[in-house]
Amino acid sequence: MKTYQPVIGLEIHVELKTQTGMFCQCKVNQFDAKPNTHVCPVCLGLPGALPVPNKQAIEWTIKIGQALNCAINKHTKFDRKHYSYPDLPKGYQISQYDEPVAVGGHVSFEANYGTYKNEKRSFRIHRVHLEEDTGKLTHSGEDTLIDFNRSGTPLVEIVTEPDFTTSDDVKMFLEELHTIIRYLDVSDADMEKGTMRMEPNISVREILNPKSQNPNKPQITNFKLPSYKVEVKNINSFNFVKKAIDYEVKRHIEQLEQGKTPLQETRGWDSYKNITYSQRSKEEAHDYRYFPEPDIPPFEFSAEYIESIRKTLPELPQPKMFRFINKLKLKPIDAFTLTRGKEMSEYYEKAMSKINSLKSDINVKSEKLGQEIANFIINKKISIKLPIEDFVKRAVEMIQPIETDIKLLDEIVQKVISANQKSVSDYKSGKQNAIMFLVGQVMREMRGKADANTVISKLKEMLK
Amino acid sequence: MLLGKTITQLRSLIEKKEITSKEVKEYFLKRIKKFNPALNAFLTLNDVEDKSIGDRMLGIPLAVKDNFCTKNLRTTASSKVLDNFIPPYESTVTQKLKNAGAYIIGKTNMDAWAHGSSTETSDYGPTKNPWDITRSPGGSSGGTAAAVSAYLAPGGIGSETAGSIRQPASWSGIVGLKPTYGRVSRFGVIAMGSSLDCPGPLTLTIEDAAYLLSLIAGKDIQDATSSPLPIEDYVTQMKKKKTYTIGISDDYFEGLDTDVAKALQNSIDIFKKLGFKTKKVKLLSPNYAISVYTIIQRAEVMSNLARYDGIRYGNERTMFGTEAKRRVMLGTYTLSYGYYDAFYKKAQKVRTLIIEDFKRVFKDVDFIIGTPTPITALKLGEFSKYPFFGELMDKFNEPGAMAGIPAISVPVGLDRNNLPIGMQLMANYFHESDILNASYQFEKETNFFDVIKKGVARYRD
Repeated sequence: MKTYQPVIGLEIHVELKTQTGMFCQCKVNQFDAKPNTHVCPVCLGLPGALPVPNKQAIEWTIKIGQALNCAINKHTKFDRKHYSYPDLPKGYQISQYDEPVAVGGHVSFEANYGTYKNEKRSFRIHRVHLEEDTGKLTHSGEDTLIDFNRSGTPLVEIVTEPDFTTSDDVKMFLEELHTIIRYLDVSDADMEKGTMRMEPNISVREILNPKSQNPNKPQITNFKLPSYKVEVKNINSFNFVKKAIDYEVKRHIEQLEQGKTPLQETRGWDSYKNITYSQRSKEEAHDYRYFPEPDIPPFEFSAEYIESIRKTLPELPQPKMFRFINKLKLKPIDAFTLTRGKEMSEYYEKAMSKINSLKSDINVKSEKLGQEIANFIINKKISIKLPIEDFVKRAVEMIQPIETDIKLLDEIVQKVISANQKSVSDYKSGKQNAIMFLVGQVMREMRGKADANTVISKLKEMLK
Repeated sequence: MLLGKTITQLRSLIEKKEITSKEVKEYFLKRIKKFNPALNAFLTLNDVEDKSIGDRMLGIPLAVKDNFCTKNLRTTASSKVLDNFIPPYESTVTQKLKNAGAYIIGKTNMDAWAHGSSTETSDYGPTKNPWDITRSPGGSSGGTAAAVSAYLAPGGIGSETAGSIRQPASWSGIVGLKPTYGRVSRFGVIAMGSSLDCPGPLTLTIEDAAYLLSLIAGKDIQDATSSPLPIEDYVTQMKKKKTYTIGISDDYFEGLDTDVAKALQNSIDIFKKLGFKTKKVKLLSPNYAISVYTIIQRAEVMSNLARYDGIRYGNERTMFGTEAKRRVMLGTYTLSYGYYDAFYKKAQKVRTLIIEDFKRVFKDVDFIIGTPTPITALKLGEFSKYPFFGELMDKFNEPGAMAGIPAISVPVGLDRNNLPIGMQLMANYFHESDILNASYQFEKETNFFDVIKKGVARYRD
């Protein structure tokens, strides 16, 4: 039996959430607007219109490159990428060819964090470049309608090296990347709205000497790529990416087993049937006829400029997670969960700093404080939709041990014991749970103004 | 009474209330009606209500090449593909002219998409040379050149990729100024070769050229390739008495018609008389520029015409004329996978050499003298006989165009067939003031040998 190993690379498109277009002043990301109401001569590609690049979009692309540990090219330019499609009004897309904004990075993270499978992962980033999005086609019956509102939205393309061997790794990587992008606050990366779209490039190679290699750890530097690859276009969910890869890998292996080489082609993902389908073969592949965009002079970035952008990078999810573990003594799994969402982790930190400033007024063991607040958020004990002050008030109430009126407690415990002889005898006959009923009764009589642990020990004492 | 009056003179007459803007406008409309059927200079007349915003131009009419988008006024670039195109926006150049109070009296004929040097590739028929209607006025800004030459407008706007202002100015016997690339905004100009395209004025005098340039030049936030350098007061600068050194490169005197060569020699003598120095210089042969220009321009043409895909603008790609199809095919070929390095990339390298070459020479001299065209106006039909004839004819314009330096063409006499001869001066980047200054001195000294006066006089009211 032969051993096969998938070879997978990814292309990820992210629409930036700038105010205006990549090359024009139109408002972008207008998802609910009527078709063709946010358009101008530039994004419609009218005769004579010229593109003027959006500085914010360029800076955000540099920021993404830096967050992905890439080198930022000091010299960069735009190129024209030619192909003919109705959603592309100029007949070319302004993109970047041989001098992208960023090259040669990596994303490294702890996979399955906090579980027994916990492992380090690192995947290389080939490049990050900036381009313009196209219009959107809607097919209705015989007609195809074009909406150019999306045309000219800044679009960042992130390309990985073919470092992936499992669909699980791909999914984890994409989740990590998604989290990073959200932390950078440069895109909504909302897959429902199509502001993050993914394209896996999949092939399968035969491992001739399987024993010498761990199939989970590909030798990424020194093997020949298979002679073909299949690109699955525009998938908008991590699960679909995983399913599409699994479907393709199985399909390729079946073909390789029959001694065939799978066809190099572009395929689509049918999320209803859970299959991929052929869209375009190699013979129909485009020759994009790239050449430098003459309407936009090339850019020269100084080292100072690039560094000034680096200074705006926020703390990224992985470092934040480790800080939560090491400084705030959170359980790894909770630190992971909290740092998945930028809002959630920021809310947590705000709550913590508020609580810490009140610390002298409240009576709580500080080493457990961080974890307890984390628990409130993770277990949804207190909503993080509350204003931060209200959250802190509730948290303090829940943490503080309740002052118990011991005299009153004595009376009530006596009263509850005599009124619930059935439970008392159950408990005495060994049914440990029966005491909880009695605790409940006491707490009710105390109108909640008693510490549960004090109540339990008092009851146990009296029932001895 | 108005025949042959320059823009400057018309402004003065209107200011002194000797005539009204309305009378001036009607005068030119009447002349267009009378002479345009024979010349075919205008494609579309502006019957849109005249709403002048500014007051400097006092409603004086101008002829504008049909590749400048004019809001609500049909703009075709002389191609049937855009037969019904009415732009929803205004080019920066025409907006600036309107802001200054000029009246766009009509849109002028050109080679379709500016592909040509004779106005013969227009889908609306060729424009005729006012000096001899069996001949071409040159191109691609032939419509504007003919309109100004026959005084159907006192001045106009053309655009040049490599020679399309200078060559028709030369053949039609008027002044044509090609500014530095980036000096005048390209926003709203239907693109031909985006790294080369350059709008500029065609006029009866140097002063009018300087004046129009001062209206249309400057940084435009809508054109990323426009220069942030401040513009000068060209009219004032032009009138300061200065002397310059003129560079003479033998390569720019090769293959000239004898009458053209004689007129050029005479022009050099006049400059000497004005106190100018001359100096022999060695420049790269303009022959290199032909190939470089052809490759880069075709690549950009292929790209720029890709948007006319038949989905918008109401007409299919089959409406493209032969010349456009040829250029798209060649451009596609030179940019194809595997050919890019051999053609486009190599051409860009040579382009860099051409730029360095000019920069080197302009350390020693102020101008390079030459002619925009080795011969005077050809008979209609000559161009289509030879492929690349236009490229060969424009070889003296292509090096400057590739480098993006400014140049002017002015009339320096008539040949044995009574056809105008042009001289050109090229200068270093953004030295429009110097070009205008030298040309103005030349004009004062010679009155351009009355060429312009004689041309206008052929079309009496």
